[in-house]
Amino acid sequence: MFRKPPEAPDAVLVEVEGRPVRVPPGASAAAAALIAGLASTRTSPVTGEPRAPYCMMGVCFECLLVIDDEPSQQGCMVTVRPGMRIRRQEGAREL
Amino acid sequence: MSDRPFDLVVIGGGPAGLAAASQARQLGLSVALVDEQPAPGGQIYRAVERAEAEGRATALGEDYRHGLGLVRAFHECGATLFASHQAWQVEPGGRVFATDGKASRLIEGRRVLVAVGAIERPVPIRGWTLPGVMSVGAAQILHKTIGLVPDAGVWIAGSGPLTLHFAAEIVAAGGRIAGILDTAHGRLPETALRHLGGVVRGWRYVARGLGYLARLRMADVRRVSGVENVEALGEGRVERVRWRSGGQWQEAPASGLLLHEGVVPNTHMTMAIGCAHDWDEAQKCFRPRTDRFGMTDVEAILVAGDCGSIGGARVAECRGRLAALGAAASLGVISAAERDRLAGPVEAEVSAHGALRGFLDDLYAPAAELCVPPDDVMVCRCEGITAGRIREAASLGCRGPNQVKSFTRCGMGPCQGRMCGPTVTATLAAALGMTPQEVGAFRIRPPLKPLRLGELAALADAEAGE
Repeated sequence: MFRKPPEAPDAVLVEVEGRPVRVPPGASAAAAALIAGLASTRTSPVTGEPRAPYCMMGVCFECLLVIDDEPSQQGCMVTVRPGMRIRRQEGAREL
Repeated sequence: MSDRPFDLVVIGGGPAGLAAASQARQLGLSVALVDEQPAPGGQIYRAVERAEAEGRATALGEDYRHGLGLVRAFHECGATLFASHQAWQVEPGGRVFATDGKASRLIEGRRVLVAVGAIERPVPIRGWTLPGVMSVGAAQILHKTIGLVPDAGVWIAGSGPLTLHFAAEIVAAGGRIAGILDTAHGRLPETALRHLGGVVRGWRYVARGLGYLARLRMADVRRVSGVENVEALGEGRVERVRWRSGGQWQEAPASGLLLHEGVVPNTHMTMAIGCAHDWDEAQKCFRPRTDRFGMTDVEAILVAGDCGSIGGARVAECRGRLAALGAAASLGVISAAERDRLAGPVEAEVSAHGALRGFLDDLYAPAAELCVPPDDVMVCRCEGITAGRIREAASLGCRGPNQVKSFTRCGMGPCQGRMCGPTVTATLAAALGMTPQEVGAFRIRPPLKPLRLGELAALADAEAGE
């Protein structure tokens, strides 16, 4: 859906679903998931449907991700750091 | 726990908040600005310093680069910036609680200016929860922050200035737009005639819009007008888009679909504080009741920018300055006469930049089917509640959104009703034969964003350590 961004010299190396992905500095974790080409980024804990980022500005909560083992993070509100591990959020987080 | 009470705590680092902070500092007030983003600019000037440093700002347009001046003035004004801080509760007396994601802190203000901007109006259509369906604003944030552009097969559906602006921006940046499905149903000549004075005074904005159209024509971007009933179709992801125009159903393959039906004030914070709100029929949204300086009916709370009333970036900037004047006068720092003298030229600017608003509101009013969707369309994305379930709750005797929430869980998910609130109010109003004002909105309670217990506990730790 989005064109692969040109490789920046200061690209940040993160891990999305276990795969290394280089993303532009300043990208959010949700943007990294989109660049990695994930078809969806979570499943709804209510309906089980696949969902993906919708608003990218902290409103819709569709981009909930597991970031560095911390579940239910708003992916669009977290800026990538080198080595960040980003995973899909399957249903509700475990308590 | 709180270093000292600031004269003014501004929440939101967009044009209204930045202008208010700078103006308030000029008047001698101590100012803190709390912003959820890592760098000031708000959504309209999102990442403007980074874009400038990377040489991308000029391509994003002169309007965007205007934000650079605002951000730079803010950095020099001497206000305290709490960046990457989410305000999760604001008390009517002026105490602001915010978290940086790890720990909460209390920031006290003698006055608090809520300048949290707009959110995109929800666009409840069939298939809008499919991955690959996003808002136009979301795609623009990706472009502004990291230069990401849509590739082949991405459609835009909706109406409003942002759809044209964004499509033109993407074409100029070398991205691709499969086509624009224009859902505006206002008739251009008649609407322009009705608002002739505004169109003439707002000619600069009109010229800009015509420029976008020319650029899209040059790039051969397909535009379909008079579009209704847009639907996203696909298994697990959007694969096709379907729509009706001129009475005919049409379908096209799609790798993505970007929706936009204008923006509405982000009223979550002012509603949680308990400020009075009124239904604005022209803009089809609730907005906080204010005087000309943005003072609400709660003494310590002021409002500026699009979270008060949709006016666009330049109007928001002016309203920020007016609110700073209002706050300074209410604190006795300047006299009412001085306030009014300083406000005069700013109000003239509001009137100039806002001249086209009536025309835009009229031309781009959302279609009835988007405000009050058919039974099978999902309204509450978090809890999977359809419009039919809301009507069913109404038929069982629910008279307002809060009862519907209790009956169905609609609005009870993590987004706390941000994505469904406007649709729930409109759908209920239609079902009950009441006005949106009578039906009201969801009751909003803190925390305004989900908060971990650890983030809350840090507040008590800080208190104990004092």
